[in-house]
Amino acid sequence: MERKFWKNYQKDIPDNNYYYERSCIRQSFFPGSETTFLRIVGDVLGKQIEDDQNLHTCTGIGYHADVVPFETTQTIIARLFSLMSEKGYRNFVPSCVTSFGLLNEVVETWKHFPEELQQTRDFLKQATGREFEIPEYITHPCDIIYKFRKELKEKMRFQIVNQKTGEPLRVVEHIGCHYSKVFPQAVIGSAEFPQVLAGMVEEWGGQVIDYPERRHCCGFGFRHYLIMANRGYSIANSRKKFESMEPYHPDFIVTNCPGCTMFLDRWQYTIKEMEGKTYDKQGNGIPVLTYEEMTGLLLGFNPWDLGLQLHQISAEPLLDKIGIPYDKEQKYLGKSGKIIDFKGF
Amino acid sequence: MKNFGFKISASRQLDMDTIQSDLYEKLIQLEPTAKRCLMCGACAATCTAAEINGFNFRYCHLLMKRGILDNLAKELSKCMLCGKCYMVCPREINTRSIILKMKALMTETTPKHYSL
Ligand code: SF4
Ligand code: SF4
Repeated sequence: MERKFWKNYQKDIPDNNYYYERSCIRQSFFPGSETTFLRIVGDVLGKQIEDDQNLHTCTGIGYHADVVPFETTQTIIARLFSLMSEKGYRNFVPSCVTSFGLLNEVVETWKHFPEELQQTRDFLKQATGREFEIPEYITHPCDIIYKFRKELKEKMRFQIVNQKTGEPLRVVEHIGCHYSKVFPQAVIGSAEFPQVLAGMVEEWGGQVIDYPERRHCCGFGFRHYLIMANRGYSIANSRKKFESMEPYHPDFIVTNCPGCTMFLDRWQYTIKEMEGKTYDKQGNGIPVLTYEEMTGLLLGFNPWDLGLQLHQISAEPLLDKIGIPYDKEQKYLGKSGKIIDFKGF
Repeated sequence: MKNFGFKISASRQLDMDTIQSDLYEKLIQLEPTAKRCLMCGACAATCTAAEINGFNFRYCHLLMKRGILDNLAKELSKCMLCGKCYMVCPREINTRSIILKMKALMTETTPKHYSL
């Protein structure tokens, strides 16, 4: 009986042949993460993953900001599916949590309203001459990392452990609302016990903190942030989380959503500037990582290849705790081989 | 401190362990039907005073239940005690009696709030 019940909280994750959709906002917020994911899945795990150059937006930001109508969203997502079908894939892997929620919303709509599916097929055909198949699986990249967490552990050079004390690091895992709360059945552990990040952290030696506002929104909330007058609501939500986690002294925060990483990272700086408050003992702020960055670091990738220099809260104290080596001089080394000078910015 | 063009909004979360609940407890003793309210708002939707001055029985009931008393006396003064809401309430709550009891409680125990 128990086993059957727990089945509701499980999810089938395909073990190979992924069609990857890059995210609009992640490529500017934390651009190293997606390349790192491709490297982990392709080079470390040896799986087949397609990084298609022709992909485009899912309309998520515009849709949730009420500027893109649902018919348009469905047609644009249908085009994404048509590109996948063209390449012969069945497993769609959207990098962004908002895309993940929206793709599920569209596919679920088509299940209940076949006339919407037909209309979308007609729109896409008229506009582009294309046809599409609905993916067999819509899988978030964090599901894939979670699935292979044991295999990855065997290849890891570091653990989420304080190298000096040997104690596990204390980790806040934050799950994006559009991952776990829109369609809880599409998620490992559902909305009640989302296990995807906690499973990685615990497998790799860390200790997950269970603090009161653990499942509270990060504060992005789309319209809260997009309209400047509303940003006070956005930052108030993030502050509520920071205040709730502060007494548990987290060593870092890990998230699976672009908005969450962005706002939990940047709002710490903003709160410091507005109120002079930081949420760690040293006054540096709590470092915030994407799950790809966390995985890449433990595998021994160069922190600057992961894009950690683009974080507002400096990650170096965390690297020192784990004992991950890094070259300070190379932090802002550009592709051209020259050090990027920020004086003009 | 920097100005980014917006402020950090204050939290509106209520801690039910620390709110002022004594007046509401007294209200329930005086008019036990108050406990049955399911906050459906049928009373407010029917209210004639609402058309004129925005009165809302449900809102007043919630304010007292949550211990938010600052504007309650002023809000209560907007009711004209016609009793129409009593007739539509699906839980047969004596709304008119509750309004009178709330007014009395506000006057008796917290005169600073009473500004009719
Ligand atoms: S109609 Fe009755 S149950 Fe509904 S909110 Fe008013 S008093 Fe409460
Ligand atoms: S008694 Fe007061 S609240 Fe009820 S309908 Fe009349 S004016 Fe409105």
